Amino acid sequence: MNFAGLLRIALRALAVNKLRSALTMLGIVIGVGAVIVMIAVGAGAQARVEEQIRALGSNLLLVTPGSTTAGGVRLGFGSASTLTEDDVAAINREIPEALAAPALRGAAQVIWGNTNWSTQIYGTTPEYLDVRQWPLAAGRSFEPAEMAAAAKVCLIGATVARQLFGDADPLDQSIRIKRVPFTVIGVLDVKGQSLMGTDQDDLVLVPLKTARSRVLGTASAARNRTVGTIWVKAADGVNTKAVEAQVRSLLRQRHRLQPGVDDDFSLRNLAEVMAAQEASSRVLALLLAAVASVSLLVGGIGIMNIMLVSVTERTREIGLRMAVGARMRDILGQFLVEAVTLSLIGGLAGVALGIGASLLIAELAGWRIVLSPQAVALAVAFAFVIGVFFGFYPARKAARLNPVEALRFE
Amino acid sequence: MLIHTRDLVKIYRMGDTEIQALDCVSVDIGKGEFVAVMGPSGSGKSTFMNVLGCLDRPTSGQYILDGKPVSELAGDELAAVRNRNIGFVFQQFNLLARTPAIENVELPLVYAGMDKKLRVERSRAMLERVGLGERAHHHPAQLSGGQQQRVAIARALVTEPLLILADEPTGALDSRTGLEIMALLQELNRQGMTVVLVTHEADIARFARRILGFRDGRVVQDERNEALAA
Repeated sequence: MNFAGLLRIALRALAVNKLRSALTMLGIVIGVGAVIVMIAVGAGAQARVEEQIRALGSNLLLVTPGSTTAGGVRLGFGSASTLTEDDVAAINREIPEALAAPALRGAAQVIWGNTNWSTQIYGTTPEYLDVRQWPLAAGRSFEPAEMAAAAKVCLIGATVARQLFGDADPLDQSIRIKRVPFTVIGVLDVKGQSLMGTDQDDLVLVPLKTARSRVLGTASAARNRTVGTIWVKAADGVNTKAVEAQVRSLLRQRHRLQPGVDDDFSLRNLAEVMAAQEASSRVLALLLAAVASVSLLVGGIGIMNIMLVSVTERTREIGLRMAVGARMRDILGQFLVEAVTLSLIGGLAGVALGIGASLLIAELAGWRIVLSPQAVALAVAFAFVIGVFFGFYPARKAARLNPVEALRFE
Repeated sequence: MLIHTRDLVKIYRMGDTEIQALDCVSVDIGKGEFVAVMGPSGSGKSTFMNVLGCLDRPTSGQYILDGKPVSELAGDELAAVRNRNIGFVFQQFNLLARTPAIENVELPLVYAGMDKKLRVERSRAMLERVGLGERAHHHPAQLSGGQQQRVAIARALVTEPLLILADEPTGALDSRTGLEIMALLQELNRQGMTVVLVTHEADIARFARRILGFRDGRVVQDERNEALAA
């Protein structure tokens, strides 16, 4: 018997017990729906991570100084002053795939006219903008002469510009940072929130030397060459991991660390840090995966159960079909197609439910979701496999009936 | 000979006990005969019918159908013999519920792999032959018992089999309808169809031209109908 014929028989048989068929499908509907939601949420989270990595600047490494011990108390990372301008220069000189920029950070009150604002001051180099892939909205960056001369010039973030200047043009205005007058030579483009929710646009950039001598440092600090953090960007298309290893070995060598001695700095791959922060959505996806697999399993067992009932109910029909010439594979095919039809209809209903639920989640929880044809295909394939797997045993039972006994069955 | 059996033995095993349902049955039935198989329940007549119908295999002995030793076949080969050579008529009709009469008649042709157009053509012709041309699209539930049995007979005939096996075909019908069905089978026999009928009613058996009596798995009687009718 051909497939269309088998399908017609299956649909007719399922239509006889509509409610029973619908209830049997329920497990598959929920299971497939959960698969769809799971993939939609998971793919949405993935897309968000990728988007944020792009926004932050891809392939970023962050080097911070190691910990130090003061009177037996071990202080945290960043407490030691192990990173210097020379480390930055060495990275830029010796690792061609890497671009490094230092940052010396401190908080300060900035004043323009009669308004003031508390913000973060970063002493850095022009490379910082390239490393962070942070374009200027207006003005220009620092010039080498300004860097060398510790010129009193600054670039301000979008938030600082708005808070101090409102609608006025900040360029060439003079602002005071810790009572020192600075000329605003540029305004940074909007970067938005960081992953931690802090405003990345709330900052002022000044030349490193200026920061050290005029803003953040003391007289003695002005003489040393330490920096707070080093940002490193791996060139596009280069393996960040490889660059990370190179930077690590270069810094260990420069700091004269023997093998076996711990690093006196910490090196973090920001993409990895961000990916880890998406763990919460991954937990949800995992939970849904659990719901999906339990539901599909229970749904499959339900199908098997109903198919066994159906085979018993239709024993005489099976006997009759055998008497008029049905071969074993005809009977096997008939019941297998019926089971698969049941699970596939359930699967399609599940796809509809899953898409609906995904859209609802996007609406209510504000999560990003990504619906893909591949996910739908995967879920339907799942339903198909369940139908074949759990339909096979009842179908084989039907095909192996003895025609004499089947015909005599009451 | 259309049917030739030699020393057919059928033994059923039920737990520890063995039941000998057929005990060396040797019967020849020629083309065009109308044979009634009679006997009390447990006499082996049903087992004999199942073996003749290729639904069951003998434990030992030989069964040659139209020159072909079918007792050596199994599984799908037997299914093919049933499909091509044997038409069954049952006491309970065994029509598929919620399925139009014509599709019930088509069923053996579906398993024979015939294409839809030819199938419908032949099934319609067969329904007309049993007097139900007008009711081809009625479901079994919309037909009387006699009409349902006519559909079943059309289904048995549609593959143009070598013989019709009718197992108590009137058992579920009132006597008047039963006689009509027997008249139909008699008419088919007159047109050349071999008919083997199982019954325990003498009234029904008298439509046949030859009576085979079974008792305890053996043939104890084999005579022409003239003697019975007298």
